[in-house]
Amino acid sequence: MTFEETLARLEEIAQALDRDDLPLEQALRLFEEGIVRLREASAVLAEADGTVRTLVETAEGVFEARS
Amino acid sequence: MHAPGSSIESALGVGELAGYAKESLEAAFPGLWVKGEVSNFKRHSNGHWYFSLKDAAGQLPAVVWARDARRIPAPPDEGMSVFARGTLSLWTGQGKLQFMVDALEAEGAGLWQKAFDALKAKLDTEGLTAESRKRRLPKYPAHVAVITSGDGAAWRDIEAVIRRRHPGVHLTLIPAVVQGELAPASLVQALERLGRWGGADVVIIGRGGGSREDLWAFNHESVARAVAACPIPVISAVGHETDFTITDYVADLRAATPSVAAERAVPVLDELRDGVRALGGRLSDALEDRVDREGRRLRAHADGLRLRAARAVERRRARIERVAGRLEALSPLGVLARGFAVARGADGRPLARRAAFTVGEPFDLLLTDGRVTARTESIDASAPHLRTG
Repeated sequence: MTFEETLARLEEIAQALDRDDLPLEQALRLFEEGIVRLREASAVLAEADGTVRTLVETAEGVFEARS
Repeated sequence: MHAPGSSIESALGVGELAGYAKESLEAAFPGLWVKGEVSNFKRHSNGHWYFSLKDAAGQLPAVVWARDARRIPAPPDEGMSVFARGTLSLWTGQGKLQFMVDALEAEGAGLWQKAFDALKAKLDTEGLTAESRKRRLPKYPAHVAVITSGDGAAWRDIEAVIRRRHPGVHLTLIPAVVQGELAPASLVQALERLGRWGGADVVIIGRGGGSREDLWAFNHESVARAVAACPIPVISAVGHETDFTITDYVADLRAATPSVAAERAVPVLDELRDGVRALGGRLSDALEDRVDREGRRLRAHADGLRLRAARAVERRRARIERVAGRLEALSPLGVLARGFAVARGADGRPLARRAAFTVGEPFDLLLTDGRVTARTESIDASAPHLRTG
């Protein structure tokens, strides 16, 4: 799941939890899933060391990204 | 020695004289700007352009060699007022003056605008500039590619802005020549390389500000087509806010400057963190609310149940008490408690009258706290009747 999809899923879960007609058991299951997704999203944001590189293509058409 | 041509003996050949004339003309009129109108324009199949430059007072045959024509954005229109830079020469074979043009400008935006408009119209017709072709940029790109010069201000600006907004995003430069004759092919090659590599989510293509000529590669048809064919969304960022290029129209998004492109490409990390935190808050709030609601419902049920149970017990108790009261009132035990006794025969039947007794026979006396065995001594008929009738 991409970060974008994870956020969309969280949004969906939050909306579902607001509804009264959702059976309690299902609500609890959704909440558990929501916690897992939140952890995933936070982990992605915690990786704050992006690289800066230059793309180089060798004669054989192989790509290298050099710092 | 006589000077050449001063006598019959030293007569010059025609070609020789023409050659001298050509040399002196070229030396006398090198690299001049000339103003005039274009007439009789012809483009030869070998790429050379032939036309006349003229005004009210004169006319001059002109030529643009193919290698120079390539650098001119579009051929001039018939009758167009132009400025031509060139060298005056002589076409020796024909004995004709010839102005060899290496640069041509129309008045105003002129030829650049003409070329721009023609390409724009062509791409419009093909649908390459259509709004419906524009792809949505990824909201949260993990990897941004940049096609520009590695030495330019554009790359420095983009790198700085992206690092500041979101230090977690990976950034890859695909170096390209962004001005001059090599630029279009270099940009196309960089775009193709990006497609084959496939490592980025979005690409910024552009350069910093410059003259119209400096930016011209981004108005090149081959670059426009390569942008349209790019497999990932393209942000075009060429020059300053006022510079519009063909690449801008074909790209999925036009950014006014390279810095703006970087802002559009990458979200601010802190805002993302806030957003995720807020979502977490919404989840817990929603669940807490839900649990509260369920708790209230449960308590309401429990209260109802307790009340009904208490009422049921109360009803039964009241009934039991009523029955007990009636039983007590009817019970012979009550009479016994007041000191009376009941006489019962051996068979258990009550001996209520004189006639039931037989002298000498035993019988039981039932008292409030037990039983006593007795014997009839005598029967006295004169004792007072307790019952009348």
